[in-house]
Amino acid sequence: MRDTQRLMGFVSRGFRGKRRDTASSSRVPPGQYVVTDFPVLSAGPTPRVEVDQWTFSIEGEIDEPRRWTWKEFQALPTETVTKDIHCVTKWSKLDTSWKGVSVDTLMEGVETAAEFTTIYSDGGYTTNVPLDDITGNKAWVVYEFDGQPLQPEHGGPVRFLVPHLYFWKSAKWVRGIRLEKDEHPGFWESNGYNMYGDPWREQRYWGD
Amino acid sequence: MTQVQDMKLDGNAIAGLLREIFAVEMTTARGTCASCGAVNEVGRVEVYIHAPGTVVRCPDCEQVLMRVVHGRGRYWVDMTGVRCLEFAES
Repeated sequence: MRDTQRLMGFVSRGFRGKRRDTASSSRVPPGQYVVTDFPVLSAGPTPRVEVDQWTFSIEGEIDEPRRWTWKEFQALPTETVTKDIHCVTKWSKLDTSWKGVSVDTLMEGVETAAEFTTIYSDGGYTTNVPLDDITGNKAWVVYEFDGQPLQPEHGGPVRFLVPHLYFWKSAKWVRGIRLEKDEHPGFWESNGYNMYGDPWREQRYWGD
Repeated sequence: MTQVQDMKLDGNAIAGLLREIFAVEMTTARGTCASCGAVNEVGRVEVYIHAPGTVVRCPDCEQVLMRVVHGRGRYWVDMTGVRCLEFAES
């Protein structure tokens, strides 16, 4: 059975079972369907990072780059947020609960000429997001999902969360934010996927 | 819980995709990794398809060999990770 699934490619738990949730259609962007499970998407092997080796950095267009160890990061003020998330592969998941640190907290007092950012991760993944889209109570660096430590397959120990954009922007295994004057396309944005990725405008691909 | 090991396929999983792009049998083509120089048949590479696109990685160093995005009736193919692709004429 497993071999059959492999040969059939896109048949997997994550892509099966379209459940239409008409009651919540005003919360579901065009072309999306609601799932109740949590599909796992990955562009490579899952990094295994020990938290005593983990750090989070803000670098680039900043006079004094900032860096937190795991212990320092855990001591920062946290927020628990409940958000709908929208994957470009067309599933949406409603009312997901996350705990972590607001990017506003991490950026407090930072003066920068940057207008863009690259979010970068263990394993080499990157994604580009305008600075205005990760500040102003719009993005978090999270380490709990649904009250539990974030599992490695969902990006643990720590992932990015910018729920108003397609979920590929919410980078798993996140390690830092690079502040940039110019926009540098990330892993998917350099190969067909939209630079901005607004699910409500269906900005999936180049030219959308 | 999804077993992470299940997410990695071998190169035979992209046989159909490569036939669409290259229109010849490609699983016996040999690619040179631009990162580490290893030469591997397509059938041996590591493939991740549960993602916004298909990601092909070198089995020796795990660097990206190819990325293929398919949408809106178009393909976007990145092969900067493949220094040389060798295959038989059809």
